[in-house]
Parts: sequence; structure tokens; C-alpha cells
Amino acid sequence: MVMEIVCPAGTPAALRAAVKAGAHTVYCGFNDETNARNFPGLNFDRDEMREGVGFAHKHGAKVLVAINTFPRAGDQAIWHRAIDDAHSAGADAVILADPGLLDYAARDHPDLRLHLSVQAAAANADIINYYADAFGVKRVVLPRVLSVPEIAAINAETDVETEVFVFGGLCVMAEGRCSLSSYATGLSPNMNGVCSPASHVEYQDDQGELSAKLGGYTIHRVGKDEPAPYPTLCKGCFSAGDQSGHLFEDPVSLNAEQLIPQLQKAGVTALKIEGRQRSKSYVAQVVRNFRNAVDALEAGQDLPAGMLAGLSEGQATTTGAYKKTWR
Amino acid sequence: MELTVGANQFFWTADNWSALYDELTTAPVDRVVLGEVVCSKRLPFYQDRIPEAVARLVDAGKEVALTSLALITLKRERKLTAALAEMGVTIEINDLTALAHLPKGADFWVGPLVNVYNEGTLTWLAGLGASRVCLPPELPLASVKALTSAAADLGVAIEVWGHGRLPLAISGRCYHARLHKRTKDNCQFACEDDPDGLEVRTLDDQPFMAMNGVQTLSGSYACVDHQVELLTKAGVSALRLSPQSQGFLRVCELYRDRVSGAKPAGSVADEARKLVPDANLSDGFLTGDNGASWSQDIAS
Repeated sequence: MVMEIVCPAGTPAALRAAVKAGAHTVYCGFNDETNARNFPGLNFDRDEMREGVGFAHKHGAKVLVAINTFPRAGDQAIWHRAIDDAHSAGADAVILADPGLLDYAARDHPDLRLHLSVQAAAANADIINYYADAFGVKRVVLPRVLSVPEIAAINAETDVETEVFVFGGLCVMAEGRCSLSSYATGLSPNMNGVCSPASHVEYQDDQGELSAKLGGYTIHRVGKDEPAPYPTLCKGCFSAGDQSGHLFEDPVSLNAEQLIPQLQKAGVTALKIEGRQRSKSYVAQVVRNFRNAVDALEAGQDLPAGMLAGLSEGQATTTGAYKKTWR
Repeated sequence: MELTVGANQFFWTADNWSALYDELTTAPVDRVVLGEVVCSKRLPFYQDRIPEAVARLVDAGKEVALTSLALITLKRERKLTAALAEMGVTIEINDLTALAHLPKGADFWVGPLVNVYNEGTLTWLAGLGASRVCLPPELPLASVKALTSAAADLGVAIEVWGHGRLPLAISGRCYHARLHKRTKDNCQFACEDDPDGLEVRTLDDQPFMAMNGVQTLSGSYACVDHQVELLTKAGVSALRLSPQSQGFLRVCELYRDRVSGAKPAGSVADEARKLVPDANLSDGFLTGDNGASWSQDIAS
């Protein structure tokens, strides 16, 4: 069976571009704090969601709605309404991370297909099967801390479908379990759907060099003519002991295109592309390439090499944990 | 207000590990969580000492629980988690994976590394037998209030992170090993050199975070000295104190005097600074604009 390409859409235009470029499935979110890409100008209002689902279905594609932040105590109704509205918009599944929300969806919408978000950081077969038993979860998006053999081992022990990230931004911390951003800025992925938010970024001319600060902490400094990377906390420059540099992760992004055959052998159902904040032309190009790759694989042909490198942030890419050179 | 000592986040020598729990038999705290929460590779160094430490703490009148790991991926780690259930001691889950291995019908505690952000998740966990929940440290006071209110109806005790470096992130990758240019499998236990974590500084040389193997902590020491009355009024049942290598018994005594009303606001902070010179204190997750901030900086 051909592997499913799951593409990001931050706007209705990106959704249409992804579907036309050959996406089997598109994921998107409502324009509020219920999703983990809660950026200004991004995401779908209720009407746009209904229309987007209609467009995708007409073209044989599916739509998944990400409601993958953790509801704020006292305000759960906002998140419950998001699930209700995704259901009535005809979404093919919702992508959830919070157990309370999974419980709500399983009880109130037993016909709604549930996917477990990467934000739930379900990293072994025991917990994946537990989610399946407790809530009827049908698919899990695996955390980016696992190697290909570990993914194969999980698939051998579960009937839950697995979806893995193959391209785009890369968390090095277990997803959904990181408060670095709120420690520095007060805003976090779990609570606010943002990480290292632009509202707290400041660039400063520092005696001929350009400093990038997040929440007042200087975590990048480059010569004036060098490209200034965005100050994402875990990819910043720090010092510890007698070392300094990118102590947690280099400013790289994930590109696992060449691992697609191994991921298929490992039993992976779907390949996920990160980047709901990206432009529709970016999305279309990435989708086209990955669709070509899985179609080539299905036809028994070799994969086209290196087609996506130019699209990656910071120009450097990594296969992340999948090859786990750091184990 | 009660006091709970959380699992030691750091890798100490077995003798220092034992010394901590010896000391805690006489400390003015109500309960103690012990075991390994950060890295499964550390456990063999002190695992055989756990039963005796548990027995001595129980004899001293403390409630005791054993923690699960915070991130369970390997087969070995899943087996360890399953084995916890056979120890006959209350389990504190710090990864939901442990739910799959709990003894049937047994009450359990939920640690600060499980994402309990709202009433729905709290209710779900209570239904499974959770009797005590330490909330995630990043929650603001408004969330704490909403959750204590829901917890009262559910019969669940709510704890809040009271003192010590804040657990901010957990990873599959070991940063201590990376710093020493080693792989995780050949880490040679680099984290053992830093019994309170290794300070991570910004390019302006500001103290910011601390690395502790696969865990990333705050550089500052959380300290709820100035929120004790607010938390008491909110219905918080216990403060969680996180072991540190210098003067931890004193930290316990300071909080005991503070929560009993014997000492005023400010007493803990003043003394805590003497125990760890150069340490920044923070209480911003509860009442500030960001986690690193300190309420008294704003006040002054």
C-alpha cells in the first residue's frame, strides 16, 4: 500500500495547493489557541474549515484537524467546541494530545476518528496500546526521539497506525513536555500553541555584530553580513563548563526523504510534513516531491535524491533521531 | 500545608544517595518520592539500596512512593516500569506509560512531569485511581485554583512545585554526553560530576538553564516563599521540594517554619540564597510574566 503523505496547511490557499499537488491528507487547525501553531494570520475559521474539508473530499483527500494544545483549566469549553466543530465540518479525524480531551471526544463523538498528536509524546507500544484501549485511538504521530529500529519495534507490537515526521522543523526535546519557551517568555507550546514566539524576539546591533534575543536572553550572535537564525531556544548558542556553541541542537531541520523505504519496511503508515506556518508554494513543492517519492517506491523505482535540501531552514538538514548517531 | 520531597533529579553517588534518605527520616516533611525519574542508566548504581531506604522512611512515619521514569522508550525501561508495580509501594507516574503497568485497583500519585493542565485530565486520572497530583510547574496560579477546586470534588490532593531547579524538558538525547563529545550509550556518566546540574549560560554570560543528562532544568531555583498564603488559600495540599546537594535538610526546615506560620514571607528566600551562593530564585510560572522571573524584583 502506498504510504500516505500528510501535509500541513496554515491557510485555505495552502490546503488547496497541497491537495492539488497530490497530498493524500492535509492537517490544519482553527485560528485560536486550540492548536500548536497559533500564529497571527494563520489557520482556519469555522467556515473556512467546512469549505476546506469539502474541497479536499471532492478531490479525494482527507482533512485532519489538530486540536493539540492542552486545554486551560477553567476554559475547557473552547477546546470542546473545537472538537464539536471539527466533527460537524466533516473532518476525517482530530489530532489530540490531552487525555481529558481524548476522553471528551471518545464519549461525545464516538464516530469521530482519533489520532494521537506528537504532543502526547507516546514513545513506546505500552502507552500507544493504552490510548487505543482507553479512547479508541486509531493512529499515533510518533515523537521525533525514536530511531527507525525503535519505530519498527513499536509497529510489531501495536495495531495502531503510526505516522512519522519526515520533513521540516525538528524538536529535540520530547514534544509536549517542554517548558523552555514559557520559562523565557511566558508562552509555551502546551498552553499557548507557540514556541519561542516572535513577539519576544529582538534583534540588536552589538558593536558590528547582530545579536538575537528571546525574552531578553541573547542566544545568537553573528557577523553583520551573515544570515541571522531565528532564536529558537533549543537551537540557540550557550556556554556550559568550558564549552560553548549549540549545546542542545544545531539550527538544523529534519529531512528523512532518503529513509522512506526503511520507514515503510518499519511498518509506518503515513509520512508527515511539518510547517503549517509555511507558504502555499513551499507546501506544494514539498508535497509534490514526497508524493513522487512514495509513488516511485510503490512502483519499485529508486527515490529521487536531494530534491528538498534548498527548502530547509538554515540550509542544514539532519535525519534526526531516525539514524541516531548520538545513541 | 504539607511538604513532599520529590524524586531526586540528579545523579549522585550511591553513598550520597543513601545519605539523603537517611537525613530525610528526621526531616520535617510528610512524604518522600524516591527512585529514578531522569535516566534509566543511573538506576543500577543505587537500585539495591531502595528497599532499605523505603523501609526506613516508612518506619519514620513518612508516606513513600516510587517514581516511574519521565520518558520510557526502551524495552528495558518498559520492564523496569512493570517491575515497579511489584514493589508493594505506591507508584508515582511521571510518564503515562506507567498507567499500563499499575497494579489493578491500586491508588497512585501523579508527578510533575505528567501533563495535568485541566479538569478533564484530572478527572480522567482520578477515575483511574490517582489520589495525589503534583501539577506541572509551568501552570499559573489561575490554573492551580481551578484545579484545586475540581480536585476537592474528586478527593484528589493537589501539590505544587515549591522549591528547586525546575524540570523544563526531557529528551531522548543526553546533553551531558553531547557536551563531552560522547554518545549516549557511552556517556561514562558525565552527569555525575554535576550533582545539581551543569549551569548553561547565554552569550551575555547570564545564567539561564542547567543540563542534567537527558533533562534540561531552569538555572534558577524555584521558590514559592512569597506565594505560600496564596497557595494555601487556593487549597493546595502540599508543596513539593526537590533535593539539592547543599543544605537540603535546611530547605525542608525553612519551608516547615514558613507553612506553619512560624516564619514570615522572605525567610525561606533569604536563607536559601545562603545555601546556594550565586543562585537566582524564581517564582514566575505561578505569578509572573515568565517562569524565570522573581516576584520581589518587580516589587522592589
